[in-house]
Amino acid sequence: MVKINFIEADGSETELDVQDGWSLMQAAVSNGVEGIEAECGGSCCCATCHCYVDEAYLDKLEAANDKELGMLEETVAERKDNSRLACQVKVTPEMDGMTVHLPEVQS
Amino acid sequence: MSRPIVIIGAGQGGLQAAESLRSAKFEGEILLLGDEKYLPYNRPPLSKAFLLGECERDQLTIRQAPVFEKKRITLETGVRVEKIDPVDHALICNDGRTIGYEKLIIATGSRARSLPIANVDVEGVHCIRTLDDTLKIQAELETTKNLVVVGGGFIGLEMAAVARKLGKAVMVVEFADRLMARVVSPMISDYYKNMHESHGVDVRLNAQAGEIIAKNDRVQGVKLSDGEELPADMVVLGVGVLPNQELAHEAGLTCEGGIVIDHKGRTSDPDIYAIGDCTAQKLSDGSFLRLESVQNAVELAKAAANDIMGNDKPFVAAPWFWSDQYDVTLQMVGLSGGYDTAVLRGDLDSASFSYFYFKQGNLIAVDSLNQSSDHMAGRKLLGGANSLTPETAQDLSFNLRDAIG
Repeated sequence: MVKINFIEADGSETELDVQDGWSLMQAAVSNGVEGIEAECGGSCCCATCHCYVDEAYLDKLEAANDKELGMLEETVAERKDNSRLACQVKVTPEMDGMTVHLPEVQS
Repeated sequence: MSRPIVIIGAGQGGLQAAESLRSAKFEGEILLLGDEKYLPYNRPPLSKAFLLGECERDQLTIRQAPVFEKKRITLETGVRVEKIDPVDHALICNDGRTIGYEKLIIATGSRARSLPIANVDVEGVHCIRTLDDTLKIQAELETTKNLVVVGGGFIGLEMAAVARKLGKAVMVVEFADRLMARVVSPMISDYYKNMHESHGVDVRLNAQAGEIIAKNDRVQGVKLSDGEELPADMVVLGVGVLPNQELAHEAGLTCEGGIVIDHKGRTSDPDIYAIGDCTAQKLSDGSFLRLESVQNAVELAKAAANDIMGNDKPFVAAPWFWSDQYDVTLQMVGLSGGYDTAVLRGDLDSASFSYFYFKQGNLIAVDSLNQSSDHMAGRKLLGGANSLTPETAQDLSFNLRDAIG
């Protein structure tokens, strides 16, 4: 299990023990963390699971592919250097302790 | 309110309706009734990643049980509603209970069509609609050598792609003269035919399944109407879906190949809404729009919940869909049917390009292959006014986003 801390736009925090191999989106949505819609269910087709990952962990994440980068071009909330689609970030043990901030709006 | 808002159908749309009611500060009781035995789950992976074994069953579940408690949504699974009584505002369930409702949201979805041909019910003939369907296919797939897919639409072709990846011999039998004919243009159809053939699929167009060949109640092949026999130890039917509108129809609601609704999910009964696959949305020109997609379920759910709460937030966005086959994602926005001009943006050989469709000078749809940036621009462009022309659309040096507004 990997500890990930989700912080919503209003500041509320949820710390989850996430199974290795699950996506950040699956972990957040299945546990009812608000602030992620994930309309397409994790197919990288809707850009409603936009999140900001902890800068300190950026190099521990597999880089976004072209499909994800294309979807990130139209996120509703501001796109930043640490923007990712939560459905495309698979949790690995190296991410233990990582914080993920969620934007105010997804759609 | 003393009676609950009841939602029939615990798929993606039904769940979204329940959650949107809570987000819109509805404080009363919400009862979500599902006829499957599972917690609400994502259906799209059933013919894609989950079928291929790339994700686990738990990962399909949208919300774990404690979330329902937290949101005060009463979920009952394995319950089938048998009758709606709109006069008494009540439902009769298969367990004999009568449940009263204040407002009702019908989210009964659709079911896979079958074919009126011989032996269609024997072992080894499948459709893909529910988790149980996919589990049955998975259980048999290991020992399957020859698969025949009847129907060259999204579901059938996704099944074909998965089976090829697993090394099965695959034939696709399509009645029309091209693949995915209902939704995509002939250019995309041709591209996909070539793609499937290059992956070793035997694609038969203008071909009709005449009967299922069976022995001892087990499939052995498909006999085409021209007499040719195709060997198969598994047959998957992907020949479309039928809206689950019977409950509504019997309750006297207007149905036209789907429960007739407006862009807020309102039916002909002021206390009953319908959302998603089971609906046919009446457009301003009097025609009916039947969509079978996640977006249609989720967005109508939000619109209906908002209307119940007195918020005016209709579902008006351009429809979008996607399909994953092999390593190609096809993303579509808008409806390209009836276009008079189509232009290509990008290079066909690069396997990353888009077609832009125009009708009388106006952009009506964009189909993108491995080109999600164009797709997202297309959603923006079709979401409001735009100045895109066929000339600018095919000019790679032109930034599509400059045509918004």
